[in-house]
Amino acid sequence: MTPKIPLLAAAWLVLKKDWQIEWRTRARLTAIIFFSLSTLLLFSFAVGPDINTLRAHAPGYLWLALLFASVLSLGESFRIESENQALTGLVLTPVEPRAIFVGKVFGNASLLFVLSLVLLPVTVALYDVDLSRAPLQLVLVLFLGSVGISAPGTVYSAISANARARDVMLPLLLFPVLIPLLLAAVSATRFTLQPDPQEQVGGWLKLLTAFDLIYLSVGFLLFPKVAEED
Amino acid sequence: MAEQLAVEAVDISKRFGARWALARLSFGLPQGRSLLLTGHNGSGKTTLLRLIATASFPTAGTLRVLGHDARAGRDQLRPHVALVSHASFHYEDLTAAQNLTLSAKFLGRGGEPNLVPELLERMGLSERADSPVRQFSAGMRKRLAIARLLMKAPKVALLDEPFGELDPAGIKQMEGLIRELQSQGTSVVLATHLVEQGQSLTNERLHLAAGRKVDAS
Repeated sequence: MTPKIPLLAAAWLVLKKDWQIEWRTRARLTAIIFFSLSTLLLFSFAVGPDINTLRAHAPGYLWLALLFASVLSLGESFRIESENQALTGLVLTPVEPRAIFVGKVFGNASLLFVLSLVLLPVTVALYDVDLSRAPLQLVLVLFLGSVGISAPGTVYSAISANARARDVMLPLLLFPVLIPLLLAAVSATRFTLQPDPQEQVGGWLKLLTAFDLIYLSVGFLLFPKVAEED
Repeated sequence: MAEQLAVEAVDISKRFGARWALARLSFGLPQGRSLLLTGHNGSGKTTLLRLIATASFPTAGTLRVLGHDARAGRDQLRPHVALVSHASFHYEDLTAAQNLTLSAKFLGRGGEPNLVPELLERMGLSERADSPVRQFSAGMRKRLAIARLLMKAPKVALLDEPFGELDPAGIKQMEGLIRELQSQGTSVVLATHLVEQGQSLTNERLHLAAGRKVDAS
């Protein structure tokens, strides 16, 4: 193809368009913030008042809250594309489907990343964790995890957008694929919030990065098949 | 010298599940000529337009548009083919101006500051430029879709029921736009139930019944 504009420039336009729509409605961000706050609150009540248990479970609950919120967020991300067949409109404009993939992944990831930052002070309040141990590494873990959830999530939400039972289909497709990434994300988060005498966080960060690259590469290759009708 | 064809279909078929929406359809449309597509609901008009637009691809047969195979050459084709369909392709939560600006940027025309305001003015949407499309009537959505088609300056324009939802002034304007596109050498494929109106705007006619070409009379 001879695209009118380069792939990354088109991806940037797709990303900006998603931000523009989100800024206008703020529906998605509001929904996922309240949903994940409720999740964190319920988990903290379920664990009970023991501080050590709360601290030990905080990384897992934080990522569970992000995972559940991501399903809401990813579903909404492709609802706006299926309304009026806007995705088809983009493809016919023409916009390279891979540019749409890159733009949507980082649009979804940015929303999840913002959510994770919003949840951090709440996690401190509810689980008494210490963010000052390795704050930059923690932010990096949250960013890599958000990208890792969004890459396959974007492909699967595009697949399930026009399905009859899309709300059921998305988590069914997505959760099994995300298990290795979430294990790495939870472990990396644990070692940024708790003592890490054996300096394991570096290894988990590399694993997270590797998962991100695998998910991004597979999605980049597959997305044109998903975005275009046969 | 052989006449160059804007659209050439040879035995094309399209199947959705067990149903054949188009069955072994063949026709040719010379460049610069216009085609009226008629037929009852479900006869395959929209499917055919979507195939020509490369929104979908034939299950069997060969479809060539502007000399390119519709599937293999879709990347070369898409900049030159525009479709106004039942689905408007707009983002509901963006304004009319934002939707058109987005298209302009994707088309590499983001540096033309007057492009979007002029198109909105032309389609009578200037006063609602900053309203989200969600608040638009069906007729206004159609006008916006046409503005997007004009922005693309296509070689093949595909219009699916272009008069639907438009008021009398809009219908008159649409007729003028179709004639203007034709005068610029654009091949227009027009699907409509308003046969007389359609015939006055086109050179050729293809009548479909159950996905097959039939005698219009």
